[in-house]
Formats: sequence, structure tokens, C-alpha cells
Amino acid sequence: MNTKASTHITQNEALIFERSQPGRKGYMLPALDVNETPIDELLPAEFRRTDDLEGMPEVSEVDVVRHFTRISTWNYNIDLGMYPLGSCTMKYNSRLNERVARIRGFANLHPLASEEDSQGALQLLYELQQHLSEITGLAAVSLQPAAGAHGEMTGVMIIRAFLDARDGVGEGDRPRRRVMLIPDSAHGTNPASAHLSGFTVKTVRSTSEGQTDLDALRELCAAGDVAGLMLTNPNTVGLFERNIREICQIVHDAGGLVYMDGANMNALVGWARPGDMGVDVIHLNLHKTFSTPHGGGGPGSGPCCCTKELEPYLPVPRVVRADDERYRLDFDYPQSIGRVKAFYGNFGMAVRALSYIETHGADGLREATEAAVLNARVIAHELASEYDKPFDAAPMHEVVFTDKRQARKGVHTLDIAKRLIDYGFHPMTIYFPLIVQGAMLIEPTESVGRQEIQQFIEAMRAIAREAAEMPDLVTGAPHTTRIGRLDEAAAARKPVLRWRPEEKAAVA
Amino acid sequence: MLRSVGLNSPEELFDTIPADILLRDLLDTPSALSEPELIARFESLAAKNSAAHRPNFLGAGAYSHYQPTIVDSLISRSEFFTAYTPYQPEISQGTLQAIFEFQTLVCQLTGMDVANASMYDGSTSVAEAVLMAERVTRRRKVVVSGALHPEYLHVADTYVAHAGIDLVRADYDEQSGTTNFDELGALDDQTAAIIVQSPNFFGCVEDLQSLAERAHKVGALLVVCVTESISLGLLREPGASGADIVVAEGQSFGVPLSFGGPYLGLFATREKYARQLPGRLVGVAADKEGRRGFVLTLATREQHIRREKATSNICTNEGLIALMATIYLETFGRRGLQEVAMQCAQKAAYAARRIGELEGFSLPYSATPRFNEFVVRAPVAAEGLLRRLASERNITGGLALSRYFPERANDILVCVTETNPRSEIDALVQGLAELT
Amino acid sequence: MADIPDDLHYSKDHEWIRVEGDNGTIGITDHAQHQLGDIVYVELPRVGDSLEAGGVFGQVESVKAANDLYSPVSGEVTELNETLNDDPEQVNKDPYGAAWMLRLRLKDAGEVDKLMNAAEYEDYTKKITE
Repeated sequence: MNTKASTHITQNEALIFERSQPGRKGYMLPALDVNETPIDELLPAEFRRTDDLEGMPEVSEVDVVRHFTRISTWNYNIDLGMYPLGSCTMKYNSRLNERVARIRGFANLHPLASEEDSQGALQLLYELQQHLSEITGLAAVSLQPAAGAHGEMTGVMIIRAFLDARDGVGEGDRPRRRVMLIPDSAHGTNPASAHLSGFTVKTVRSTSEGQTDLDALRELCAAGDVAGLMLTNPNTVGLFERNIREICQIVHDAGGLVYMDGANMNALVGWARPGDMGVDVIHLNLHKTFSTPHGGGGPGSGPCCCTKELEPYLPVPRVVRADDERYRLDFDYPQSIGRVKAFYGNFGMAVRALSYIETHGADGLREATEAAVLNARVIAHELASEYDKPFDAAPMHEVVFTDKRQARKGVHTLDIAKRLIDYGFHPMTIYFPLIVQGAMLIEPTESVGRQEIQQFIEAMRAIAREAAEMPDLVTGAPHTTRIGRLDEAAAARKPVLRWRPEEKAAVA
Repeated sequence: MLRSVGLNSPEELFDTIPADILLRDLLDTPSALSEPELIARFESLAAKNSAAHRPNFLGAGAYSHYQPTIVDSLISRSEFFTAYTPYQPEISQGTLQAIFEFQTLVCQLTGMDVANASMYDGSTSVAEAVLMAERVTRRRKVVVSGALHPEYLHVADTYVAHAGIDLVRADYDEQSGTTNFDELGALDDQTAAIIVQSPNFFGCVEDLQSLAERAHKVGALLVVCVTESISLGLLREPGASGADIVVAEGQSFGVPLSFGGPYLGLFATREKYARQLPGRLVGVAADKEGRRGFVLTLATREQHIRREKATSNICTNEGLIALMATIYLETFGRRGLQEVAMQCAQKAAYAARRIGELEGFSLPYSATPRFNEFVVRAPVAAEGLLRRLASERNITGGLALSRYFPERANDILVCVTETNPRSEIDALVQGLAELT
Repeated sequence: MADIPDDLHYSKDHEWIRVEGDNGTIGITDHAQHQLGDIVYVELPRVGDSLEAGGVFGQVESVKAANDLYSPVSGEVTELNETLNDDPEQVNKDPYGAAWMLRLRLKDAGEVDKLMNAAEYEDYTKKITE
């Protein structure tokens, strides 16, 4: 077996609650240095808890360190190797970004400190806004949304607020335009965000070439009521929407606006700008394109960028530079959709993203995009002989294959993904987009060298051979992990979502 | 590599982009900085944030607490911070087990049955709780306490603007600083929920038990919001008072202030409402050999499956921050959390007593139980006084309530935590006395 | 080959109904449960709810999919199969027996005639799986 992985010793580790021993302590605080107020005077008994926090762990510091160190070794991670999750952009998270985000002047700054006392933070936010504006070709930016879906919701609400104002829809009136068009290949957050903003979703078909079907789009637009289109570009099969100008024109002619999901901006930074394509509003994922860490599921940051025309509707407060060169929070945007989050967004992620932009420089940003696309192109080229590639066109930063050939032997996408683990790689994105049956969406990013790309290609080829010759080996994968495939159906039928002490668990 | 795919120049990689939108020139962003240059530049930016370097009595939704050294050390492990969402359980058990522990800790602290894997922050959790209450009760009116954090209220307003939900505000009582019960006359059989924060924005502890009874009498839910989660180490858990949904800002659990984010939304409810929860959930599962593991479960609630019918649009949440809170809570543990909470309450009581004794100062809600925040009424305008405290005494003295309530020009919201030694409190008291 | 009992009526949405006088018992077909895979949750309406022919009356969920359940006829719900709360896997094991979902009082017996019989349903499933 040609793999970069082999089995090694991993230590077992119980839940912390199962490790707990009465009386153990992992902390030390300074002694209370003020005169004590009698407890009943401090807080009447009926307002105090009476359970003495029973069940919460009592462990020592070294217990905690070993606990988390041990369980950490059960995770795959970017620092260990390629993480080819399509549409997730798992690129290297620079240690320098981590370091600067921890500088005391940032980490210890209270969000309600006066503007005077937080000029450095406001300047940083302002500069990041300027750079993101340049990168997207869109005039105005809000850093308030906390993640991609949150940025989507913000963008779609801005569209709604703009249209209602333009069309003269007052508060309480039934909005005239309430249809949001979304391609069948879209991420699930798009329809969910549109719904949250009060829109009805209509689906736009894709063509057999993996492009938005212009006829279908025209037809939907002709039906009326269209508020806009939510489009991912490059789309979720990794192809640039070559008719993007025309798509925007069709929607604009119908009186709607175009929202672009920026999940795939890693294919475009420094090479093309959504604003130049006719897009009105976009969200970015700082935790994808701008390298802030995924952290096992967040935090993210989903800045929303829009045209000058839509600027009055961005969330408040806005971070602005006043005439005296001081940075301020401006709340005076009466048409704003409001606030989408307390304070000003995930500031810590903004620090890291600015560090990414400044350490790369304009030429580095362009080169990174180039490398990301080239890596995907190599994979598309090298694996086409083993795996079915549903679309002929040259992919951008990610490429989709299917399990069509392997399925004949009873080996499916899930099996191929699990077998990849045995070869030392994290699986690709599977069964997404929904329009491609048995989809395997592979995004190598720029953070992977030629050698590891080659190892990945060889692993995929080896799995294709195994699927043909020893399908059971693949369908039974993974074989090298601590645990095998888990029974997700049983877990969902009788969900156990928390630990309980044994005697109580037995009763429940 | 280019040649291996049959290309001659990098430009050819972008052939599928129409020529008229392809950039020819470099972006107008700065040229690359080396590591030492970048550090120097960011250090100088950070140095301008003078508030980060002084004794702090600001709270109001973001709190200074001591973070044990091991918290940052452990979350900085590659295995945690450079991992993705645990969609492949065989190689994500570390993240999954940590989330399962997090869910358990949130349940224990709030006194609830189930908790999700986190939300963006406290404010968006309140908004999601409003939407969930509507799903559970199929009613469209929600009564919100006027003593809820004003920014949370603003966020909830934005979220429900197009959901057909009527957010009715119940004002707070000027005498007690707590939610005005008579205002809840708005409560009827069309009401989905009461939303109340405790300790509320003014630091006052609300009578949750009575609010729960009133809500339940008309078939509405009680949603309790906590912004200072350390209070759960001392205050009665909302679940024991009859709350149906508890949401909280978990920043207090060792998460840096970081100018407002990333923070951590906690979201817990009763078992019977588990399928109405927004966000991710981790549950116990077993493999064929019967070995215990953990998986993301009940995923059919979520956007990637149910699309526009999902319980929420949330996808990425606050994974690493939830881990930070988990490590914090396990390090302090059963005893430590109670001790931190007690120190906060004791020090706040001391500070309040000292300030209340000052000539010209008063504590408008001194008769109401509180945790570690309290309103001080100064004899002069709060904003100017706080500015002088900062510039002349190097102390961030609290929040001028005029930021949110323009009519309350002389009121300051003061927060005291275990990080404020007595010397800082005394300096604050002295500053207040001498600068008025 | 999916099991298709002779004594039931079938809808194009893969629900079956057993009619006894004015009352009907409803569930999903063997073909449907095969397509859905391991069923983990069944969401049912409340007793007393009025159902419309072709209207959604609940949801059936597998690990990675949620599908609407459509009522083959109109009527008022009189009884629910509460055992599906604890044992949703009965839908996979015994779709026509233990996994009946609800009983209702028919509003218009004529609606039943518009449904397919076993032979017609067998043809129908063959056609759509081709």
C-alpha cells in the first residue's frame, strides 16, 4: 500500500466527567482581598443555585492537559497534510497571524472602550475594509457578519431593503418582489438565508455543462416578482460562470439584484473581481480565502461587500475615517438593515486576515490564486483516467468527479472517501453539490506542494484499482483509524447528546 | 507543473474567465511585508488601543476574566485549530468529544437537558431563540424585556424583520431596574415567548420563577439570556426556575475581549424541543465493534439537508471558542467556577458599597439583587467623568449609559470581576470622589 | 422486489391506505422505505388535525434526508402510532404492519377510487425506477 500514513499508538481517553475525582483542583486564584459580605446579604437564597454544580468535573491541571492532548491526536488537521475539501478552502493557517492576533493591545481591548481609546483597532478594521473593497471591486464593506451564512443573510437583507425603498414598499406592505433565484448547485445556506430574509426560493437549473441555464433564468425572470439571484462563482462544480455578465444583465433587466456567494473566491483573488462582473453584493469567508483557521468548525468571519448604491443599507455601526484622520464608529445610516451581531464582528479574525493580505502583498495574492488553480488543474488532469469527470470544461480551484465507474463494483463515493483516510489524507467533500450524483469535490488549495499532490493522485489511483479488484477492502474502510464507521442511524434514533452520571443515566 | 497540464503561461489557467473582466494589473493592495515588519506594524497599531492596557471596569456584554495559561496553549495545538468541522468522524474524534463535553457543561450550568455545539454569540443566540419559540409554539408575538442588552435587542429586531414576528418591548421598572411585570399585560394566548436577561443589562437579577409562571400560564415559553456567564457559578440555574430556552454569551469563560469577537453563543433547551434547535449537535454513537465514538447527529434540522426549511441558516459556528470555554470550565471545574463567581460578587459588593458612600453618588437599584454589575448615578455627566478617569487616573471606569439611553446622562454601568484587585477598586473610588 | 399487498390502495407519493368503512389507516410503502434507507425519525400531525388529499401530514427522516409525507385522502386524524417515536426503524422492518402511521375518518370515500391498486402501483414503481 502506497501511503503517507501508517497506524501508530494512540492513547485512549475517557470523558473528563468520567475522570473526575472529588476534591481535585486545576486552578489557583488570589485570595479574596475585600471584606466579605455575608452571603445572604450578597444574594438572597432563592436566587442562588443549590446543586453545588454537581457533576461538573474536578480535575488537576495535568489531567486537563493530558486529556486534551490525547484527544487532539485523534484529529486530522491541515498541519498534518492536505485537506482537499471542496468549497472549504483548507489552506495553511500562518502562525504569524496567530501571534499578532494575541498582541495584548488587540486581545485585551474591550469593545465598548471609547473610540479615542481604540484607534488602532478601528484603523485595522478600516484598512481591512479598504483592501477587501479593492479585492472584490465593490465600494463598501461591513465586517460585522460572523460567518459565511451570516454574511449571506446580511447581503440578502440588504437586497430586500434596497428593493423595498426603490419600489416604495412601506413597512407592513406586502413586498412586491419576494422571489430569490438560487441555482440547484448552491450550498444549503443560500436557500436558508433567503428564507430567513422572507424570500420564497425558486431553483435555477444548471446545464449539462455545469453552467447556469440562461433560458431557465430568463423564464424565471419573466415570471416576475424576482428580487435577485444568489450565485456562487466559480460555481460549486468548480467552473467559472462564463456568462456571468449576461446573467447579471438578465437579473438587472428584470429589476433584481445579484448576490454572489464568495465561498470560492480563492479562485479569483488578484485575477478577477465580482464588482467588474456586475455583481451587486457578496460575502467573503475570511476563514477560507484569507486563511483564518477553521478551528474545528469556527469561528468564521463573513464580511459583506456591496456597491455604492447599496451602501446605505449595510449594518451599523460602520467603521469610517473622519476628515481629521481619526477613525470612528458611524451609526448614522437611517436606511441600514440594522445590526446583525453585537459589537463589530469577529475582530480577531480581521486581525489575521489583514496579516494574511499584508504578508502576501499584491503579487503574493495573485500567485496564491494561480497555484490554487494550477493544483486543481493537475488533479483534474491526472485523475480523469480513473474517475468519471461529469464536466469537460477546465476547472478553476476545485474539480468534481463521481463514483460512476466504481459504483459498478458496488464501491461508492463514501467508501472512496473513507479509504482515502487509510492513505493519510482527509477525504474530499462528498455528495455535494447535490446535482452531481455521487459527487467528490476536490480542492487542493495553494498550500500543497507538488510531491504531496502526487501522493494524493497516486492514492486516488490505488483506490480506483482496489475498487476494481478488491472492492471489499474499500467498502470496509477505513482500516487504520481508532474507530470504524459509526452507526449514525442508531445515534439519530435515540440521541444521547450529553453525559449524565451513571446512576441518573440508568433511571432516565 | 504548468506544462504537465498542457499550458504555457499562468494566464492560460484563467482562460475560462471572459477577457474583459480579467485583471491585467496587480491589485492596489500593499506590497508584501516580512515577518518582523508585520509584527512591528501590528504592535504599533495595538499600542494605540490604550484601553487594553489599563485597569478595566467595563462589562455590559464583554467581561475581563483570568484565562489560565493552559487554555491558549491547548487550543493552539494544530490538531484543534487547523481542523475542519468534524464531518468525517473517524478522523475527528478529538473535536467531537470536546464538543460533547461542551454540550454537557452547558447543560450542567444552565440546568437544561440539551445544548448545541455553539452559536456566533449571545446576541445572535437571542435572535435564534425568538425564531425557535415561534417554531415551537406556532405563535408570532414575542415579549422582550427592555432590560435586555440594547445591542441584542437591535440584533433580534434585524433577524425577525421579515419573519412576521411581532417583537413587543416590555419596559424596565425605573425603581427596581428589573422588567416591569405590568408591562407584560401584552402577554396573551398569541404570545410565543418572554425574553428576559438575568442578570439584566443593569446588573439586576430578575425573578425568573415568576416570569416562567406567567409565561407558562398562557402557553408561552420563557427564554432566559445570560451575558455574564460566570454568574451561573453562583446564581440559580435558569432551568431550575422554569426556563424553556437558555441562551448565553460564553465569552466570560476565558475568551479574550478581542474588541468584541470572536465570542461564543450558548444555546440550551428542554429535551422535547431538541429537534427544533438551531445549529450542530454531537451525539454518542458506536462502531461495529461496539467502540464508543461521537458523531454530528440530528442533522436533518440543518441547512445542508433541509435548505430553506432548516431550523437556521447557521453552518460555521464558534468551534475553537467553544473548545476554549470547555478547557476553561474543566480547569476551573466544579469548585473553581463557584470561587470565581463568588469573588466577582464579593468584589462588586465592596465596590458598590464604597461608591454608594461617596458624596453626591447614588446606586439607583441598590435594593435589587445583583451579581457583578451595578448602575452608579454620578453628580456630573458620566461621559466627561469617565474621560477624566481614563486620562488622569488611567482607569476605564465603566460604561456611560447614555451610549444606549441618551436620557441617562449621569449613569455609569460598573462591572467588577476577580481580575480587579482591591487596589484598583480603591483607585476607582478615589478617582470618582476627586474628579467630581 | 418490493412487497405490495393486494388489499391496499396506493398514492403516487408512495403512501398506502387501508380502508375500513369510513376509516382509513395510512403508512408508507415498502418501496418508499427502501429508497429512504434507515429511518431515524417520523414526525406526525396531531389527533384532530384535518388532512387534505395530497397535503403534507408529516415528515420521515433518514440520517441525511428529510422527506415530506403526503396524505392520500382527506379526513380528520383520529389516532396516531405513538410507537414510532421510540422505534422509527419499524418503518424499515414492517411498513405495512407495525409501522402504520395514522388513522383518519375519511371525508370523501370517492377519493380512494382515484388511488392505485396493487397492480397499478407495481407498474408505477417499475416505470419510475427505470
